[in-house]
Amino acid sequence: MIAQVSNYTQSVDNTFIIVTGICVFFLLLITVLLVFFSIRYNKKRNPKALNIHGSTKLEVIWTIIPTLIVLYIFWIGWVDYKELANAPKDSMVIQATASMWQWKFTYSNGKVADTLYVPVNQNIKMKLNATDVDHSFYIPAFRIKRDAMPNTNNSTWFNAEKLGSYTLFCAEYCGLNHSKMITKLKVVSKEDFNNWLNK
Amino acid sequence: MTDNSIAIKKEHESYLEHKGKYSGLFGWILSTDHKRIAILYLVVISAWFLIGVTLGFLIRLELFTTGETIIGPQTYNSFFTVHGIIMLFLFVIPGIPAIFGNFFLPIMIGAKDVAFPRLNLFTWYLYVLGSVLVITSVFLPGGAPDSGWTFYIPYSVRTGTNMIITLSAAFILGFSSILTGLNFIVTIHRMRAPGMGWFKMPLFPWALYATGWIQVLVTPIIGITLLLIIFERLFGVGLFDPSLGGDPVLYQHLFWIYSHPAVYIMAVPAMGVISELITVYSHKTIFGYKAIAFSSLAIALFGSLVWGHHMFSSGMSDTANFVFSLITFVVAIPSAIKVFNWTATLYKGSIELEPPMLFALAFIFLFTIGGLTGIMQGTLSLDIHLTDTTFIVGHFHYVIFGTAGFGVFGGLYHWIPKMFGRLYNKKMAKVSFWFLFIGFNILYFPMFVMGWLGMPRRSYDYLPEYQIYHEISTVGSWILIIGLVILVYTIIKAIKSGERTSEMNYCGGETLEWYVETPPTHENFDEVPVITGEPYAYKQNEL
Repeated sequence: MIAQVSNYTQSVDNTFIIVTGICVFFLLLITVLLVFFSIRYNKKRNPKALNIHGSTKLEVIWTIIPTLIVLYIFWIGWVDYKELANAPKDSMVIQATASMWQWKFTYSNGKVADTLYVPVNQNIKMKLNATDVDHSFYIPAFRIKRDAMPNTNNSTWFNAEKLGSYTLFCAEYCGLNHSKMITKLKVVSKEDFNNWLNK
Repeated sequence: MTDNSIAIKKEHESYLEHKGKYSGLFGWILSTDHKRIAILYLVVISAWFLIGVTLGFLIRLELFTTGETIIGPQTYNSFFTVHGIIMLFLFVIPGIPAIFGNFFLPIMIGAKDVAFPRLNLFTWYLYVLGSVLVITSVFLPGGAPDSGWTFYIPYSVRTGTNMIITLSAAFILGFSSILTGLNFIVTIHRMRAPGMGWFKMPLFPWALYATGWIQVLVTPIIGITLLLIIFERLFGVGLFDPSLGGDPVLYQHLFWIYSHPAVYIMAVPAMGVISELITVYSHKTIFGYKAIAFSSLAIALFGSLVWGHHMFSSGMSDTANFVFSLITFVVAIPSAIKVFNWTATLYKGSIELEPPMLFALAFIFLFTIGGLTGIMQGTLSLDIHLTDTTFIVGHFHYVIFGTAGFGVFGGLYHWIPKMFGRLYNKKMAKVSFWFLFIGFNILYFPMFVMGWLGMPRRSYDYLPEYQIYHEISTVGSWILIIGLVILVYTIIKAIKSGERTSEMNYCGGETLEWYVETPPTHENFDEVPVITGEPYAYKQNEL
């Protein structure tokens, strides 16, 4: 897995572990039963079958228990998502413009870059736009993705807690060089960021 | 004496030998016999499936190493687009209903044919016309379509490739699908044998019934949407194209209103096949007949209300995301109910691990993985990370190939002797199964891992850290294809020169197709049967 880089990442990864755990449990349950029944009730061992038409009790149990589990999973996914839905008011705003096949980042002082530089421990709101076709702003390490489309005002936000360099993809297929539409997110100290911004 | 024996022989002349108005090739392509139409579909759908497989093989081969391995990016983009169009519109959507549905639906409900035999043949011609247009779009100057099978606007309006002809193909194929669905709905309503109430109907017809309603209700939406893209390209009406003030997200809604339910057009008939196989090879009644029948309808209903989960990152409102995520979890429940009931059917059975049963068991395993990874994708925060990565590619191959593909393979081995009166080599069939099952998992499972690690889908090239997963996946594709080659060889050999059989019930089934001739006669039944009992009674097993 990828290094923990923000609070949000931590909570998504916790959700991932819980949901994967539940899924693995059910997969094992079904697989073990399939294999066990195929052996135990094989024709050689059990030449005569016994009809069982169903069981209302079982149907109720295996309707209600999965319902409760999926509602729980739904809820924890929603709780994470709500955190991502609205950027904090004090966020630094950066405009990302996607076009075939590059990213352009515009800062509040008018500086334009093709690599996304951000200061550490700062809420960053990314406003997303595209000039031609649909693209999608995706930083796997931060577990965030949002489509960047022409004439729409999407946004997302993150707060990087660790210095470092992370991959930034275009996740929406956008033609010939879609797979080359990759750049870097560089998380630097506040000082370095200000020096870079005003250079 | 002599006259009498001729009369008997004539009565039992199979649909393969039956002489209608035309003979030779015309006896087939102008036949309105549902069984002959099923074979027509079997031939063309199989051909398209093999072309789709070849493209998939080349896509995987290209991804074996970073950078260019065998083809350039434009070719790659066309390959995954055409692979998607062929596999979805020409293989899985028509697949099981057109082949097994056509052949066995009338027999299983005790009818001599479908309600509208000529319309049935017409759907085959629409299918062929649509598929010819797909080929044309690949080879005309302008180049093969490269928009992805989702035709997302604005890209599909801007690209210079042959989009209009591709969209027309999908439009025509949609009509073929609607008419097949309509035909089956009417057949099931009007043509059940005397005494066959709704709950005396086998589960495969139930699945086709649920599917028919999805086909009839949602396919027109994609038809209109595809026409609107053509208008957008030709006249610039500005409905979807943002540069003309249109809304690309509106397009995505209209597209997925069809294309999500379409997943159930693919999966539900396969679930019907599996319900038959599990019962027959466990030699006992099915567990929870009504639960399985109603869960098909529940899937059809709720499945039509969850399309928004394809668009969680598109900028829909949080309320919309909340509702779509919630309903997505609801649709998981009828699917889970099916899996539990199939598994419970095995309990106290007398199980024969014949080739079709191996495919049925593998189906349950693969569908469980597909369903559970679907739950992961339905979880909002996880989907934001996982959408548009190879995770989703792994997920839908488990769901679609795992159900429709394995349903077709299992169904073929189950019903080929009935359809052609020929036996296949069971050893070879089992070998093909193990190659397919192992290859499948090696091919698609790594996609979950690299998807979680952030590998975007539809990418011609990738960063070196993902290479190992791509390599494993490509090796898996080779194993899978060996299995397919063995399967195709086994089936063709059986049909051409397999040992002849006329045994009516070679597997101990109790639905009506096991009470007609092998292969069936022209109109299936000498006398329309009267139904008195349940479809899976297996009376000898009662206490």
